[in-house]
Amino acid sequence: MIEIKDLHAQVEGNPILKGLNLTIKSGEVHAIMGPNGAGKSTLSAVLAGRDNYEVTRGSVTFLGKNLFEMSVEERACAGLMLAFQYPVEIPGVKNVYLLKAALNAQRKARGEPEMEAPAFMKLVREKLQFMKIDNSFLHRAVNEGFSGGEKKRNEILQMLILEPKLILLDEIDSGLDIDALKIVAEGVNSLRDANRSFLMITHYQRLLDYIEPDFVHVLSDGQIIKSGDKSLALKLEEQGYDWVLEETA
Amino acid sequence: MANEEMEQLVRTDYKQGFVTDIESDTLAPGLSEAVVRYISAKKKEPQWLLDWRLEAFALWKKMHDPQAWANIAYPEIDYQAISYYSAPGAKDKNAPKSLDEVDPKLLETFEKLGIPLHERAALAGVKGVAVDAVFDSVSVGTTFKKELAEAGVIFSSISEAVQEYPELVRQYLGSVVPQTDNYYAALNSAVFTDGSFVFVPKGVTCPMELSTYFRINAANTGQFERTLIICEEGAQVSYLEGCTAPMRDENQLHAAVVELVALDDAYIKYSTVQNWYPGDEEGKGGIYNFVTKRGDCRGDRSKITWTQVETGSAITWKYPSCVLRGKDSVGEFYSVAVTNNYQQADTGTKMIHIGEGSRSTIVSKGISAGHSNQSYRGLVKILPSAKNARNFTQCDSLLLGDKCGAHTFPYQEIRNATAQIEHEATTSKIGEDQLFYCMQRGISEEDAVNMIVNGFCKDVFQELPMEFAVEAEALLNVTLEGAVG
Repeated sequence: MIEIKDLHAQVEGNPILKGLNLTIKSGEVHAIMGPNGAGKSTLSAVLAGRDNYEVTRGSVTFLGKNLFEMSVEERACAGLMLAFQYPVEIPGVKNVYLLKAALNAQRKARGEPEMEAPAFMKLVREKLQFMKIDNSFLHRAVNEGFSGGEKKRNEILQMLILEPKLILLDEIDSGLDIDALKIVAEGVNSLRDANRSFLMITHYQRLLDYIEPDFVHVLSDGQIIKSGDKSLALKLEEQGYDWVLEETA
Repeated sequence: MANEEMEQLVRTDYKQGFVTDIESDTLAPGLSEAVVRYISAKKKEPQWLLDWRLEAFALWKKMHDPQAWANIAYPEIDYQAISYYSAPGAKDKNAPKSLDEVDPKLLETFEKLGIPLHERAALAGVKGVAVDAVFDSVSVGTTFKKELAEAGVIFSSISEAVQEYPELVRQYLGSVVPQTDNYYAALNSAVFTDGSFVFVPKGVTCPMELSTYFRINAANTGQFERTLIICEEGAQVSYLEGCTAPMRDENQLHAAVVELVALDDAYIKYSTVQNWYPGDEEGKGGIYNFVTKRGDCRGDRSKITWTQVETGSAITWKYPSCVLRGKDSVGEFYSVAVTNNYQQADTGTKMIHIGEGSRSTIVSKGISAGHSNQSYRGLVKILPSAKNARNFTQCDSLLLGDKCGAHTFPYQEIRNATAQIEHEATTSKIGEDQLFYCMQRGISEEDAVNMIVNGFCKDVFQELPMEFAVEAEALLNVTLEGAVG
């Protein structure tokens, strides 16, 4: 799915990622944990193609293509989706409008015809129901006045409709109570299949109880310093990061 | 996104910039009493109107251009270099008496602009819209006059109204915007050539939307139209105005006056989609749009709504206003102004509260891109008589790129302590986070900008009549074509 090799990136001249290597195969779920400032969010921003993040060395191959030669929207259309930690509000633009525009832009990029309104509405209603979101949600402006939980559910709703191939979840659990977390996790889990991969960025082991990863990585000072399975996350939860840092020092 | 990219996105393609090759009867440039007399004679006007024009001309000569206080800059206008009268058709030909006699070239021009003057074509639409088409200095035709007359509604060019309903015109002309109101209003009063006249009698709701389409074609010509709309007690009308001009290197002057009068319980909804040629990317050419628009809520519970979408003109200077004279009268102003390249706009409104319980709402959305400069200038004035008056003002500015400017000049003059005034204002740059969010979902940058800008303007667009809302949205997209890249 994606192969990250020796990735170095900086923000305003400050090096953040310092030789990160990570390979994610189809169907795998990876979790990245690490102390604050380790570069977790920078990684997702660089992969999605955000401005002001400068890649200074290394390569990323996504579905056989050089990721850095693709624009933000090309990456999205190729199936890379970032679920934001803080989804932005867009006043006056209805949710349903953004969803339809996004879906049709992606279909167009794949050479498929636009989805007609009735088929689209049927699809959306189905997914809304699954995410336990009220229909009125569609006619509200994108994320405007949404609670933290609603914003995150909206991210998952978009995911269910756009059906991306590689999903980056940037602290999707932040600001969620346990009920909202369960709904979000259920949405994510429903998308797990052999052709789709996930990269979860999180601070807390709690999320991993609901979305079980195949691999857990510890990111520190711009590099992955330890990888393991789910048990690694449990150990981090119990003992913190110090032992890993000492071990690799 | 980098600012250079942002600027690349700001590229306009003005689709209405063509010139119609048509013979015209154009007066040589120059302004004098003789010109005023010529226009009046050409229109076979009664003596009182000629006197009124001459009075205005004499006053104008003593007045000064408002450049001193408005936040706009332009070289001094040479009023002697402008032609004050241009009519399509040869000099010796009589004016067409009906649409069938109108030069096909003219019909074609309006057709090309999306304004069908054939009633049959217009009827094919969901709902009929009656159109008065003004080409340079004259009205070339008005549709659906018969149907409207059956409902008791008068809709004609103002020249025709002067001939056929002189008493109505005399009663109301200048009663809202007097000759002395301001420099351009005085000039207009002296040399106005045509415009629309609407009269909706007591208790009548106009059965269809009325619309005037203004087109400047001839070079070196100013357009000075005068529109007068009167709604008697309990009458209602929705009126739309559209404007375009060819692309020319020199600036052209458009100085119009619009007067609205609403008697008791009357409602006038006046919508404008202004798309005058804005000049090229370097700021060369374009229309100077210096317009005075004012509505008089003369009757109790009367209501006037101004909705405007301003995308064109090199310079815009206009403040559609409401004089809320009637008890519990209501004034509304909804505006979207977009400036790009080197456009300048100083626009806003005035709400003058005189009547007890009068209410007003102002929603202004300004979008600046390129090197453009835009100001919102609004006055809310509550006179001592306006007990319990209320005003709500919201003005938001959106900046695209870092070479444009947005300014807000709100004025409040409150002379009655019972008034309730609210003012909200925001200025924001088009959010990079918003753009990134949309693009991360696969939407192109240009579509994302359009989506965000349209969302920003939604409060205003929803006030426009249905057919116009779609047009306005499309126009906005064209104006900002290429505005982020």
